[in-house]
Amino acid sequence: MSTLEKAKPAVKGKQQPLRKVTDLFGDASDRARDWWGVQTGVVRWSVYLALIVAALFLPHAGIGSFMSPHSDWQSILFYPIGGYILLAIGLNVVVGQAGLLDLGYVAFFAVGGYTMAVLGKIWGWNFWEIIAVGIVLAALSGILLGAPTLRLRGDYLAIVTLGFGEIIRISATNTDSIGGPNGIAGIPHPPNVTDWAVPANGLTEALDLDGLKPFTYGALDTRPYYYLLVGAIVLTIVLAKRLEHSRVGRAWAAIREDEDAAELMGVPTFKFKLASFAIGAAFGGLAGVLYGSQATSIIPEDFPFILSATILAAVVLGGSGNIPGVMLGAFLIAWIPERVRGVEEYRVMVFGAALVIMMALRPEGILPSRQRKAELAEGSGGMGAMGAEVGGPGGSDVEIEVKK
Amino acid sequence: MLLEIQDIHVHYGKVQALKGVSLEVDQGEIVTLIGGNGAGKTTTLKTISGLRKLTSGRIRFDGADISRMPGHKRVLAGLGQAPEGRGVFPGMTVEDNLLMGAYTRRGGGIAKDLADVYELFERLAQRKSQMGGTMSGGEQQMVAIGRALMAKPKVLLLDEPSMGLAPKLVQQIFSIIEEINRRGTTVLLVEQNAQQALKLAHRAYVLETGHVVKSAPAADLLDDPEVRAAYLGGDVATGGEPAADGTAGNIPH
Repeated sequence: MSTLEKAKPAVKGKQQPLRKVTDLFGDASDRARDWWGVQTGVVRWSVYLALIVAALFLPHAGIGSFMSPHSDWQSILFYPIGGYILLAIGLNVVVGQAGLLDLGYVAFFAVGGYTMAVLGKIWGWNFWEIIAVGIVLAALSGILLGAPTLRLRGDYLAIVTLGFGEIIRISATNTDSIGGPNGIAGIPHPPNVTDWAVPANGLTEALDLDGLKPFTYGALDTRPYYYLLVGAIVLTIVLAKRLEHSRVGRAWAAIREDEDAAELMGVPTFKFKLASFAIGAAFGGLAGVLYGSQATSIIPEDFPFILSATILAAVVLGGSGNIPGVMLGAFLIAWIPERVRGVEEYRVMVFGAALVIMMALRPEGILPSRQRKAELAEGSGGMGAMGAEVGGPGGSDVEIEVKK
Repeated sequence: MLLEIQDIHVHYGKVQALKGVSLEVDQGEIVTLIGGNGAGKTTTLKTISGLRKLTSGRIRFDGADISRMPGHKRVLAGLGQAPEGRGVFPGMTVEDNLLMGAYTRRGGGIAKDLADVYELFERLAQRKSQMGGTMSGGEQQMVAIGRALMAKPKVLLLDEPSMGLAPKLVQQIFSIIEEINRRGTTVLLVEQNAQQALKLAHRAYVLETGHVVKSAPAADLLDDPEVRAAYLGGDVATGGEPAADGTAGNIPH
């Protein structure tokens, strides 16, 4: 421990001034994590509850006027923001936990979307049934992709998954029975659970909730879909967290950090890598079904490669392996382009600059997990050969210092 | 024989790394496998532990043919390995690394074995909560060996435990290996540091470009002129031609 502390000033000394600012932020997030680590169940659950309640009030027009003055806050809260967050949590299982670089994640989102469209529009199934089918189909396609390709590592796996994403999109474009390039229009909305509306009074008006029918899925109000998505996100977080702290999670961590060593510990690496693909894909499929149920129509071009890259950017930017981190990353990636819509065609440039600045200042991600930070410092861990070759922020300095 | 390797051939793509290697390890022995770079030492170990597939030949362990058994099942069968380059999990603490070694085990006894490892490697006991990636090379080697022991292997496979370590640490690691063997674990040791390995082992095999060229009791190989010339820095004049002259290696410096 003492050698580590000795190493720190040496690293900080030669950093640019801006990096000092972000280090302060990093120290703060470290402290927050330490505080969180010692809290009791009661405190934790109250924080969880508070966060969920806050999420329910988020569509407030007052918040929207600040957060997105140029577009409809309630719509973008459902998609892209909520959608990206759910996708990022799913991709995090693959990239952040098992350390497999998947560049075709959008394929599973597409499988979910098309399941919703085909079963809902053509076969007339009920939305709740379709959710289950969509998740299962996406998981199966994850296994279908993983079984032949997971013997590859690092960059090679990335290339094959990229191909898979394109295969799904191009197949959809060329399959007439699912609409070809025109996709499927007229996808039914989910059936209304109840037509109950929030009563109008002083309080609900202040909260901007008066007249809201939270369980009525129509074409105009996106808030009910947003609430549905919040529910899905909460469920996936619970599931992902449970997995992380199970034997499965330990196996994933071992695979991510050193796959051969994991096998030598008796971890059936192939089986667990396949499981991470299937689970990640299932989350993506869930996001796809929800997206399709609100969008009314989907086309193959809704699922371009750039979306895979964007979600991956969200995971890496936020702090791969850490759920609060990837959620924050997904939020920023979805929100920044909407926030800066006012600058018109410079929008993407501002977005790109924001990404570059964030990655330059915090290459380990905005809120990295401590384990992940140590892996990056060591120069291996995660993302196969790609991660190893890139190395970590100031990692080599730390290594040399410690060895003395 | 506890572990028997019979005429194994291994390929990396089209390149043949092992051209018919046979060796045997008996219960309670320390057997060492020495040889230069690219001789196939690491490949042999990786093939035994299942990280590499063999093209032909057989591996028998504890009476069963394990040639086609996947690597993770060989751990259950009783093969433990500290891999080349240590393979310590950088983002896990020392203790989590060691517990990862017990991944396949369930129920009791793990706490006691953990205590045993800490007793064997006092250094690790002091650094339980340090991240594996921030440990020094020697400490990482200790983690790697301790972690392999946590699976309670019948045979411990060690891949160049002395690599990159200071001489003093090499001594320490080797005496610990001796202690592990004394406590009843069979050891198959791959080493470039032939001098140390031959002093420690009971028997030794010399590997050259995918063939076993010599096998003998380790003490005999320490005196073997060819081995001295080739691997022990015995004589400058014949250093490049180990097989040229049988007596050359004994010329005093």
